[in-house]
Amino acid sequence: MSASPALSLAFLAVVLGLGSSAISLLAGRQPRVLRLLAMPLVGLCGLAALGAGVLALTQGGSVSATLPLGLPWMPWHVRLDALSGLFLMVIGLVTSVLGLYGPAYVRSFEYGRDSLVALGGFTGLFLVGMLLVVLADDAFLFMVAWELMSLSSYFLVAFQHENAANRRAAFLYLLMAHIGGLTILLGFGVLAAFGGGFDFDAMRAATLSPGWASVAFALAFVGFGMKAGLVPMHAWLPEAHPVAPSHISALMSGVMLKVAVYGFIRVVLDLNGEVQWFWGVVLLAVGSVSALMGVLFALMQTDLKRLLAYSSVENLGIIFIALGLALLFQATEHSMLAALALVAALYHVINHALFKGLLFLGAGAILHSTHERDLEQMGGLLRRMPWTGYFFLIGCLSISALPPFNGFVSEWLTFQAALQAWQLESGVLRSLIPIASAVLALTGALVAATFVKVYGVAFLGQARSRHVRRARVVPFGMRAGQGVLALLCVLLGVLPTQVIHLIDPVATELLGTGMPQAGASGWLWLTPISAETASYSAPLSILALALIAGLAIWWFKRRTVRGVRRCDPWDCGFAAPTPRMQYTATAFAQPVRRVFGLLFEIEEDRTTGEDGVQRYRLRLTDRLWGLVYAPVARGVESASRRVVRLQSGNVRVYLGWTLATLLVLLWIISGA
Amino acid sequence: MSLTAMTLLQQFVLLLAALALFLSFVLLAQPRLVAAIHVFAWQGGLVAAVTLTVAMAGDASHLYFSALLTFGLKALLIPWMLHRLTRRLGLARHTETLTRPALVIMAAVVLVIFSYWVVVPMVAQGLAFTRNIIAVSLAVVLIGLLMMVFRQQAVAQVLGFMSMENGLFLAAVSATAGMPLVVELGVAFDVLVAMVLFGVFFFQIRESIDSLDVDRLNRLTETNEVEGAS
Amino acid sequence: MISAWLIALLQALLCAALAPLLVGWVRKVKARLQNRRGAPVLQPYSDLRKLLFKETRVAHTASPLFRIAPYIVFVATWLAAATVPLIALDLPTARIADIIVLVGLLALARFFLALAGMDVGTAFGGMGASREMMVSALAEPAMLMAVFTLAMTAHSTSLVSVMEHHLADGFVLRPSYLFAFGALILVALAECGRIPVDNPSTHLELTMIHEAMILEYTGRHLALMEWAAQIKLLLYGVLVANLFFPWGIGAAFGPLALGIGLAAVVVKLGVLGAALAVGETVLAKMRLFRVPAFLNLALLLGLLGLLSHVILEVGA
Repeated sequence: MSASPALSLAFLAVVLGLGSSAISLLAGRQPRVLRLLAMPLVGLCGLAALGAGVLALTQGGSVSATLPLGLPWMPWHVRLDALSGLFLMVIGLVTSVLGLYGPAYVRSFEYGRDSLVALGGFTGLFLVGMLLVVLADDAFLFMVAWELMSLSSYFLVAFQHENAANRRAAFLYLLMAHIGGLTILLGFGVLAAFGGGFDFDAMRAATLSPGWASVAFALAFVGFGMKAGLVPMHAWLPEAHPVAPSHISALMSGVMLKVAVYGFIRVVLDLNGEVQWFWGVVLLAVGSVSALMGVLFALMQTDLKRLLAYSSVENLGIIFIALGLALLFQATEHSMLAALALVAALYHVINHALFKGLLFLGAGAILHSTHERDLEQMGGLLRRMPWTGYFFLIGCLSISALPPFNGFVSEWLTFQAALQAWQLESGVLRSLIPIASAVLALTGALVAATFVKVYGVAFLGQARSRHVRRARVVPFGMRAGQGVLALLCVLLGVLPTQVIHLIDPVATELLGTGMPQAGASGWLWLTPISAETASYSAPLSILALALIAGLAIWWFKRRTVRGVRRCDPWDCGFAAPTPRMQYTATAFAQPVRRVFGLLFEIEEDRTTGEDGVQRYRLRLTDRLWGLVYAPVARGVESASRRVVRLQSGNVRVYLGWTLATLLVLLWIISGA
Repeated sequence: MSLTAMTLLQQFVLLLAALALFLSFVLLAQPRLVAAIHVFAWQGGLVAAVTLTVAMAGDASHLYFSALLTFGLKALLIPWMLHRLTRRLGLARHTETLTRPALVIMAAVVLVIFSYWVVVPMVAQGLAFTRNIIAVSLAVVLIGLLMMVFRQQAVAQVLGFMSMENGLFLAAVSATAGMPLVVELGVAFDVLVAMVLFGVFFFQIRESIDSLDVDRLNRLTETNEVEGAS
Repeated sequence: MISAWLIALLQALLCAALAPLLVGWVRKVKARLQNRRGAPVLQPYSDLRKLLFKETRVAHTASPLFRIAPYIVFVATWLAAATVPLIALDLPTARIADIIVLVGLLALARFFLALAGMDVGTAFGGMGASREMMVSALAEPAMLMAVFTLAMTAHSTSLVSVMEHHLADGFVLRPSYLFAFGALILVALAECGRIPVDNPSTHLELTMIHEAMILEYTGRHLALMEWAAQIKLLLYGVLVANLFFPWGIGAAFGPLALGIGLAAVVVKLGVLGAALAVGETVLAKMRLFRVPAFLNLALLLGLLGLLSHVILEVGA
């Protein structure tokens, strides 16, 4: 079908995904088939996608093919270029790890009531949907794949549907996914009207007036932003992601949100016409708000998976800040800086897939071992699940953007791009960009607070409940899955120049310039603009860290005769501390809750029961529910109540409406 | 024109103007009335210093006089009068509870950017020094107005008004090397009269509604049934 | 090249060696101001020495992270300090980390400090960690705003370039520098746990931030934690001194230049330390929930610094 090995591998990935889906559907009530066949196939599918992505990135150029599928006059086009290669790589990275993690994890569902057929079948379809979105080269295939992705993930969210909250979350997800799908379709409609065809080549060739280009941008932004969970379109995300099985949450948070980013980049930077500067300002504003709100809500959560979901909102916000910078620089013809910002965004895309995948897999491991998602019940897990504990720590360090881990590199690059704002001509833009970077800094510090809370409450201290005290080490496959991701987090943090070298073709393809200067001073030094402007050497810093720490430990080990002696913790001379005296997750977040109280709707009350026991209750809701969603819902409801009047129940009245519609349509067509 | 190309005196004027802007922010967020009056006095002193610097830079001799006038009026007399007023009104230890101080400060930051954005196209490219300082002065004026919008206390509103006047004066002095002396004297006199009138009004207001919270003035509507209905 | 690295190493050692002296100096000045005689200036060295050789005790409930954390905190802080030009400008270590990496390294140290506080599972550790993360969350944007102002002026985030740019410009009155200076001072007070924010010599558990987190540490672990805190104070002191008043720092690697650089930095730190002592004597510690207002002021100063840079200092 195609000569290119990269494209063949990508097709292989799609076929493997379909195969995995088919096997689970055929296996019926044989749960072991899912574990032993379908999940490894998912892993292989991921490996194939990974291979295809890396090949496409390293070989450069693009390959396209036409599939003998689709409508007779509109065959499906696929194309594999650097941008799709990068996102194939992201999909492949997380998916291939699921091949290790999944078999052990789904085992816990074998004795449950939930249908494994649905789980396996829709996982495969979900993967195929994402792969095809990335590969699609015409709007038709893109939309088909997009809907396949949305629908199959809806079924995965609704997997444990006995719980009413899960059904509600899944419905909200379905609703918002469809509104998003609709606006994307309209966006493609605008592009296709000017391009004269639904394939991307025609859209690329078209020239749009700035007004229409902005309309297409706005539609794409709303549609893809809804999928990416940007504030204020994020409401579905913290509901839907936590209720899916953990490995699916990893896939949704780590990968599916990135597919939305892919769609956005493809439409705005590749298909749409000339970039306008105010698009960048919109992205900066929405990205900043998303990052800040996302992390503040994450900090307030006590449900581990929900917390991670909110943190995805924050990370997508950071990605969109970087994309906004890229658009701004591109619109003002600073292509080099645009390339820097775009590379920062794409770097963060990879990073977020890795560390969020790792953290969700860790949350899954805790869930597997303790059946607990509530942070307030955890504690002391590091000593009971050391492997998961250390891998989770790497995830926390990476997501908190601490050197020398990977999250830091992408945030550093974003800061560097923002600091080049002085090159802009407009004074207002020069003063707006630093404010966005202040928000980014605040976000970074709050993320660190969030993950200190998560790690400190869940893994350190003492167990707060009995089943957590009985937690045991999870099976090897699950540990290996987390281990691979943790290793990648470290590698991407220590070797930034190589990673940038890998990402560079995407910037070259989309913007015309890459970042050749990034590794100009050798692989040790990352110099995004020039050596004088800024440099960072992750390898040397980790070397120095390890060297000095090692020396210090060695020195103490060698010369101290007196070792470490165990004793009781300090109790102020009163009773010995019990696990219930520890700071809770709610208590940890209290200072920040008070400082940023404006953003939340807080209901708290203290009551003293008849037994003299004090009880404290805290309810915290998103103000945006009241500000945005409730009015929309009310509006829709009142509108539909008006429409209901048409529904008289008389068939002839309905036919009359049909006739009227037909007449109007005919009149419109004849008029045009 | 970048900063290094300016003379030291010009740099000094910019520095003082920036400090005056900073004091506007402090004034905006200062809940204690007496402290706010002190901040206002400092701002007046800064404006006087700007005038003095401009006088030294451009040897416009009448500016020396106006610097002295500004200092006497804005940094000494009016603060002293306000001080006396607050003591006589029993507001010396008054602190106002600001609603959402962080938001108000953010709004003021936005105002600064906005005034820069407005001023840039208005003033010619070559006059970078003038333009920048006009942007800062405009920001001081707007923040003074913002303060009058957000403060409920009548004395604080007067402070806002006076700091607006500071901003105008800053623009006049630094951009055009001062107004004619007659105009300046007139303005100074107006401000002084306004201050006296304010003082009289405060006592009147307090006598009639027993507070200086301007939100209570809403009750002075003639149609009382509106309030009853809502 | 080799000599440059050697001088960098020397400077890193100097950082660690001078840090207790600065703390001793501040304590001494503070004592004299309060009409006390005070401990000798070299007392912190003796304290560290004593702690390093004492027996180390660890709570039963502590995890391995508790024992690793002091090393990570110390090393990260030290590495951050080593990348700041102290006596000579053009050091190879300064290229390892620019100003943002420096903030990141300090954040890494803080992350482990807070985790260590939560590890034993007593109430105080968690309380300290929670408060520390709140303070740092508000201080970090202010810090970055302040350094961004400098970085935008010099068009570089490298500390060396910022100082070189400042030196090359000569004496220029920059409103933005004034604001950034104020912001950085406030941030330094908050980050180092000095008086209006935290009290370094408190022994009342409920008011502590930093001390609450290291309450469980003894012996060499405590020594490393204390030393790291001292290095952090020195680091902020050097940042304030050398970024805003870089004059005197050695531009070349000759012995004379280095000697002058050392003398200059000692004098500058001495003045800063004395100022800190005066400030701590005059001011009282704030309530915890006044701290956000304090740090908001820092953030405002940082923002105004940036804005006045954009509005007043760049012509175009």
